[in-house]
Parts: sequence; C-alpha cells; structure tokens
Amino acid sequence: MINEHLPALQVVVPLLAAPICFMIFNNRLSWLFATLVSWLSFAMAILLVMEVRDGTVLHYEFGGWAPPWGIEYKVDILNSYVLLIVTAIAAAVFPYSWKSIQKEIPKSHHRIYLTAMLLCLAGLLGMTITGDAFNLFVLLEISSLSSYTLISLGRDRRALTASFQYLIMGTIGATFILIGIGLLYALTGTLNMADLASRIPALEGSRTLQAAFAFLILGFGLKLAMFPLHLWLPNAYAYAPSAVSAFIGATATKVAIYALLRFLYTIFGSSFSFDYMQVQWLLMPLAIASILFASMVAIFQDGIKRLLAYSSVAQIGYILLGISLVNVTGLTASLLHMFNHALMKGGLFLALGAIAYRVGSTQVKSIAGIGQAMPYTMAAFVVGALSLIGVPLTVGFISKWYLILATLEKGYWPLTVLIIISSLMAVVYTWRIIETAYFQERPAGAAPVTEAPMSLLIPTWIVIFANLYFGINSSLSTDLASRAAIILSGGSLL
Amino acid sequence: MSSLILPPGLILILGGLLLPWVAPRFKSLIAIGFPLLTLMMVWLVTAEDSMTLTFLEYQLDILHLTPEGRVFATVFSMMAGIGALYALKHARTLELSAAFVYAGSAVGVTFCGDLISFFVFWEIMAIGSTLVIWANCYQNDRAYGASMRYLLVHLLGGVILMIGIAFHVANTGSIEFTAMKADNPATILIMIGFLINAGAPPFSAWIADAYPEASASGTVFLSAFTTKTAVFALLMGFPGETILIYVGMYMVFYGIIYALLENDMRRILAYSIVNQVGFMVVAIGIGSELALNGATAHAFAHIIYKGLLLMSAGSVLLMTGKRKCTDLGGLFQTMPVTAINGIIGALAISAVPLTSGFVTKSLETSAAAEAGMPWVWFMLVAASAGVFLHAGIKFPWFVFFQKDSGLRPPDPPWNMRLAMWIMSFLCILIGIVPAIIYGILPYTLDYEPYTADHVVTQLQLLLFAGFAFFALLALMKRTLTISLDLDWFYRKLMFGVVVWIKNHIPQLIAPVMLGLKNFGQRKFDRLFKVHGPQGILARTWPSASMVLWVAVLLAVMMILHYMRPS
Repeated sequence: MINEHLPALQVVVPLLAAPICFMIFNNRLSWLFATLVSWLSFAMAILLVMEVRDGTVLHYEFGGWAPPWGIEYKVDILNSYVLLIVTAIAAAVFPYSWKSIQKEIPKSHHRIYLTAMLLCLAGLLGMTITGDAFNLFVLLEISSLSSYTLISLGRDRRALTASFQYLIMGTIGATFILIGIGLLYALTGTLNMADLASRIPALEGSRTLQAAFAFLILGFGLKLAMFPLHLWLPNAYAYAPSAVSAFIGATATKVAIYALLRFLYTIFGSSFSFDYMQVQWLLMPLAIASILFASMVAIFQDGIKRLLAYSSVAQIGYILLGISLVNVTGLTASLLHMFNHALMKGGLFLALGAIAYRVGSTQVKSIAGIGQAMPYTMAAFVVGALSLIGVPLTVGFISKWYLILATLEKGYWPLTVLIIISSLMAVVYTWRIIETAYFQERPAGAAPVTEAPMSLLIPTWIVIFANLYFGINSSLSTDLASRAAIILSGGSLL
Repeated sequence: MSSLILPPGLILILGGLLLPWVAPRFKSLIAIGFPLLTLMMVWLVTAEDSMTLTFLEYQLDILHLTPEGRVFATVFSMMAGIGALYALKHARTLELSAAFVYAGSAVGVTFCGDLISFFVFWEIMAIGSTLVIWANCYQNDRAYGASMRYLLVHLLGGVILMIGIAFHVANTGSIEFTAMKADNPATILIMIGFLINAGAPPFSAWIADAYPEASASGTVFLSAFTTKTAVFALLMGFPGETILIYVGMYMVFYGIIYALLENDMRRILAYSIVNQVGFMVVAIGIGSELALNGATAHAFAHIIYKGLLLMSAGSVLLMTGKRKCTDLGGLFQTMPVTAINGIIGALAISAVPLTSGFVTKSLETSAAAEAGMPWVWFMLVAASAGVFLHAGIKFPWFVFFQKDSGLRPPDPPWNMRLAMWIMSFLCILIGIVPAIIYGILPYTLDYEPYTADHVVTQLQLLLFAGFAFFALLALMKRTLTISLDLDWFYRKLMFGVVVWIKNHIPQLIAPVMLGLKNFGQRKFDRLFKVHGPQGILARTWPSASMVLWVAVLLAVMMILHYMRPS
C-alpha cells in the first residue's frame, strides 16, 4: 500500500526529484517536473492531514529498524499541520517561479534554482516529519545549504554577501543545535525523540542537560530569527530572488519554530522548559522587543522587500509571544499565526515579485503610480497588507484575536495594548506602500508599466484568496491548531 | 428548495465582483440581471430559512428575514437595478462594481440577525460608497478630498459602533440584533454609530459634502443606501426612543434651511435627503405601529423619488456640465423628458396627491397626531410646506424654467430616459394604488389616505407654499454663496484660530510652534537614527555583532537559570 509509505514519500519524493530535476537539460521541462513534484507533495500532505486529523499518530520505521536504533518518522496533528503549510506555499511558488526567474536569474542557473528549491523543500519537510533528533539536524543542514544557494542567486551582487552572512550565522546556529543534540546523546545514549523524552525527566538537575537546552534554544533562535539574532534575515530576504523570498519567508522560519516547539514540549517537556529553565522569561522580552523595534524599523525602510522582512521579524515576535505566555490559547495563537503568517507573507512576497517583474525594482519610490497600471497585482498587495494589519475577515485577524485572548487570559493587559500598537504600526508601514502606488504620479520619463502576466497573478491570488477564505471560515486552521496545541502541551497547560 | 436560498445581499456583491471581469457586451446583462436575481431572492426567502456561520465562538445569522428588512431589501435591489440601467453608458466599471458591492452589503444589513455580521456589512458599505465617490476623481478634482472626508466620518462612526457592539456583547453575552434601549453606554454608542450614518447632527454635513462630488449616476446610488440602512438600523434597534424625535426634528429643519440657501442643484437634493431622513427618524422616535409603518413606507417611497430627482439632476449635469442653479435655467425646451421626470419627482417629494409621497408621508404626520404630540404634528406639517419650497419648486424652477440660460442640450441617452420613466411610473403607481406598499409593511395597516379632508388640507398647504415661493422669488434667487455648517468648526475654525494667532500675535505663537516643530523634529531624528535604513537597529552587515548577541543570550539563560524560584 502506498498509503503506508506516505510519511517517507513526503520527504523522499522531493529529495530524489532534486537531482533528476538537475539532469533534465531542458529548463522548461525541468520546471514542469519540479512543479509537479511540489503539487504531489501538497497532495501527500493533505492525505497525511486527513489521516491524522482524528488523533491517530503514524509511525514509519526506516529500513525496518525499530525506533530507538533506527530512524523513525512520526506524523501527528502538529507536524502534519506544518507539512501542510510548507507544501501549500511550495505548490504556489513553483508554478510562479517560471516567469519570475526569467528576469531575475540567468538562464544557466535555472536548473540550479529548481534543484535547490526542491532540496530546500525536502529538508524542511524532513525536519518537520522526523522523530529523530540527529536526523532533524541533517535535514536542517540540507534545507539551510540549499537556501544559501538560493539567496546567492539574486541578481544584486549584495546577494552574495547576504548569502555568505546567512551562511555564517546559519552555521553557528546549526553548530549550536549539533552541540545540543550531542550533549543529549552523551547524556542519554539515544537520539530518538520519544526515547529522549522518556529519559530526560530523571536527569533534571544535570548541568549537561541544562547546557544542551541553552544551546538548542539559541541554535533554533538563530534559525528562526529571534530578535536580536535576526540580523541575517533582512538582507537574505531583500537580496534573494522574489520567488525565493516568498518561499523562504513563508516557510523556513515556521519550520524552525516548529522544531523549537518540539524540543520545548515533546523532548524536554513543559515542566523542564518552563518551570525549571524559565525559558518564557527569555522569550517574552525578546518577543516584545522584536514586535516593537522591528515594526519601527520597517516603517523607515526604503526597500519594500526589506520592509516586509522586518515585518516578518515582528510577526515572529508574535509567535514567540504566544509561546512565552505558556497557556493553551497562547500556543494555539502561535500555531495559528505560523499558518496565517505563511499565507500573508507568502501572498505579499508573491505580489511583490509580480511588481518586480514589471517594474524591475522593489524600492518604495519606484512603484509610484503603478496602482492604475497593475490593478490586480496591487489589489492583491492591498489584501495581503490588510491581512498583515489584522483586519477582520482576513487571517491576520484570527491569529491576533487568539493572541489577544491569550494575553487577557493571563491578565497581561499591557501586552494586549502592545499588540494593538504594533497593529497600528503595521498600518503605517503598509500604508506608505499603498499611498505611493495609488496616490502618487508615475515619475516623468518612467517606462510605462503593464499588468503582470497571468502565470504570476494566478498563484498570487490563490494565496491571497486563502487569506480571505481562512479569515472567514477559520474552522479548519483553528481546529487543527487548537488540537495540536492541546496534544503538544500534553494537557500540562490546561 | 431551501438549498437554493442564498443571502440576497451576497448575490449582488458577487455581481459587483464579477463586473470588472466580464466582456463589455455582457456587462449590461450582469448589471441588470443580478439586481433582478437579488430581488427574486428577497421574496423567495421565508422566515424558516436561515444560514448560520460560525465565526470564532459566535453563530452568525446572515439570512434572517424580518418584514421591515424585506421592504428595505426590495427597494435597495430595485435601486441597484434601475441605477445600473441609468449608469450603464457613462459610469466607469469601478463605480458600477463598487456600487453593487455597496448595494449588496446594504441588502446584507437588512438580512442580518446578529450584530457582528451587521457590523461587517456596515463597514463594507462604507468602503463601497467611498469607492463610488472615488471613481469620479478623474472628472472632478474635489472628489478625492470629499471621498476622504466621507471615509473619515464613516470610519469614525464604524469605530464608535464597534466599541458599542463589543460593549454590548460583553454586557449581555448575546450578539442578537433586536430592539434595544439607549440606557447604558453600550447601546448609546451603538445608537450614535447608527445616527452618524443617518446624517444626524453634528455630522449632517457629510451628506451634502460628499454626495454631489460623485458622478451623475454615483450620486443616485449614494442617495439610496447609506442613510436608509441607518433608518433601518434605528427602526430595528431603537423604536420609540424619545430622543430620536428631537434629533429627527433638527434634521428636518436643518435640511430645509440649508437647501433653501444652496445653489448647487445636487447639493440642494442632498440637503433634502437629511430633511427626509429626519421625518423618518422622528417617526421612529414616536414608535407607534403606525409611525413605524410610516417610516418604512416613507423610506421606500423616498428612495425612489429621490433617486428620480437625482437622475434628473444628473442628466442635466451630464448634458450641460454645469451644476449651479445660477448657471442653469430654461432647459425644459430641449430636455423635455428630463424636465417632466424631474417634475414628477418633485411632486412626489412634496407629497402631492396621487404620488407616492402623499400616501406614505401622511402616515407619519397622522402617527404624530394619533400619539398625542401636537407640536410634533404641527412642525411636521410646517416642514412639509418647507419641503415643497426647496425640493418641490426650487429645483425644477431654477433648472428647467426661470430665465433662459441659453443652453440647448438634448435629452440624455435612452438608458437614462428609460430609468427615469421607470422611476416616475413607480412614484405614480404607488400614489394611485397605495395598497402595494401598505400590503408589505411590518404591521397591519388600516389607513385610507384619500379622504376629502386629507386631500384638501394637503392641497391648501401646497398652494400656500407655492404662493409663498413666487411671492418671495427675489429672496429665493440664489447667488454664489457658501453656507456655513457645523463642519466649519472642525474643518475651518480650529485651523483658522491657529493661523489667526500666528498672523496676529506672532510673538505668542512663534516660540510655541518652533518649540513643537523642534521637538517633533528631534523625536523624528532620534527615531530615524535608531530605526532608519542606516540606523543602529537596522544595521545588518556585521556578523560579529550577532555572534556577540549569541554570547549575551547564553549568559542571560544562565542567569535566568540561577534566578529560578527554588
């Protein structure tokens, strides 16, 4: 039965497709193949979600080796939910890529781009699905290395520096994670997550365990761009090709957050992480700082990509804030925002890519007056921006609603005020773009601009439409997120 | 069959969203077809039908039939269709599309069973109507400013309404939209939110400020929905709230006085909307069954004859490009159809027997008499004479007769003429067969408008008012003036005072202004220095600094670990 092997196929298919993609010498065929693979992955993720939705957990033993020794893949509600996010964005970005890379990446590099994208996809999916701590590190490296490649493909020469910087920081992060996992292995003699989880409670007082915890938190903190370890992110997003910004911006940080949650809750357990190590008091101030400072920096940016990148840092702050509240509602809000932020940032970066395709630049001043010339693209951007602000009927509202509920539940009302203030800051930084596009004249002598081609518009609008659909009919995402939150916390937060 | 029942408003909204995508030759099909479909759906819905949505933990009911809602929904969908017919040739797609979304959400409001979906439709209306004005930006320089002022007023109203609703839900735990009493902060805020959309003081000015800046057809759409949904909301939410009598009375006389002073023909009609909505608000304040029937019937009739008047004015604007009474006159010679229809509309608004105004407005005055409120009755009757003065005679007289302006424009194209004829037909049909409208009112009605006494009284009143108009013609003749309104306080006075002080007592204001400016500049510079593109927090190149941060955070984790409560 193919169903039995679904958890493995979910990772193996894009992983094996990557070299095949490189060996297809026709660029267009290669792209078609990659797109098909991304859709196939999406279909598999949907199947997995449907299988585990009732609470069953799928186990898959690689090569028939039983768990503590062999590598185990394990699918539950939480990671099937993350798989869905990643593959959904991939399924929109791959078809979008063809047109977008024509202008942004030299022809000779198209296959490298597609191969790296597939590898990155495989790495992210593997990180999500695996039940083995070391395997997680390996797949993290696969996704990281491929994303360094992807970022360096940007047409701006600064992309190389940005990629190199990301490489340094990413490697430090990965090394920290490796140190953490190594210490855990030395301590327990196992790498299987479930096995680790059962052995850790007995070791609570161990210095080694505490050091492993600290290294792991900071390692993932680097990968997920936790303030002030976010410095690699704005450059990486700003100089990467548009399609890469959309894909990485929407998915990579989410998977890192997922991994952080896995370690916090499943492996170390909430009593060790929050009661013993007090990690929420590290996360909360950093989350608050990232929400405030990153939003403020976003207001002053000249480049739209950088602006959106800083906004991503602020949005990651929301997710960390939800985690640091240590209650089920907060965790639900964080999980929801992982999904919702992927949709809004994915949509915005895709719309921006369409603008870059026609205008050639993503500076705020260069888009003056394109509102009339590119009505569908800009309308998509406006809807994405509304979602980012958190206007009712968009997904942004749903996650902010839950986050506000969570802060009120805890009685931390100043945080409620903070969320509202940062929403207003989002109004300011998105309005700058909208005002420039709609209310300013096209500068004299600027080349005329026409609407973006359909192959860019359709994927963009599908993602934007999802922003509206899940904002109105939010039952699927809220149901999955709240059940995942309850399972993740194992009832310990109720 | 119930599976085929959809919320009628959504059909119209869907039509609006479809419009920009269809080929031009199918545009008319959608523009006429979707309102008809909506109208059909309004009458197919039965009280048993419902469509609930789950939003967060609330059950929203967006298909909740009430008799009042059906009357309003009927006339809203009719207006959308006839307005679209009128707009077909000249309006931009943006305008038509926005108007359909706007009309659809107005219909949506009338089918809401709960406050949350009510609020959502309410806000979509604000955006849709702003876009309708905005669509005229390319022809009218003032439209952009007007649309922004309009949006600000409505967003303010929306925020007040939202706070009120949130308060109300927190107080009662129920989101149901039923009759309320304005006796606590929550419901008072909700009522203020409704009243702002109705054009109540001190926010009456937005109607005359914004509506005349839209295109010929845009004003027709605008006149129909926003204020009348507010009437519907008040009717459902606050029947019999005494304060509404005073608010409404203010609006009645505000509308008359400003309309008499006005020179712009469509602005006259915009003031007249405030006046007419004032009648309805008074009736809602009276709150008896007869009064509520009256408000409903009057809203129905008013939407049609005000639409007709604005179509007539819009045709004149379109054919001559002029909007001021002083520039117009004598147009009846070459625009007979427009003139005749304009006069029919004027007769209807003046409540001349055999028109829709006569059979509906008299319900309200009778209700005042029946409720034992003589002064209310007296003022409403006096105001009826005033209506005849400003809308009944002034508009047709100065536009179509009076002096010969020398303009010889032809009648507008066939679609506009047809739309006007349909509206005129409806005005007269309702006037002759009032049972049509009486039959669909929320409460059973035993009322005979055509008694000898009533007809004679009304004719006397009109004759006297007509006599007064021509006797005072010299005073009525408008010159180019500007009438001040309460918005002067927030648009001119506050600004003016500062400018005056600056010009007259510079030694007083200069240091303050300079201080403020320097303070702001310093703050901005500081923010920019820290957060700007080259700012401390936005510097992204040094990897070393991030490695330093990693070390700092490791140290923080260690400290946290030692500080844990044991």
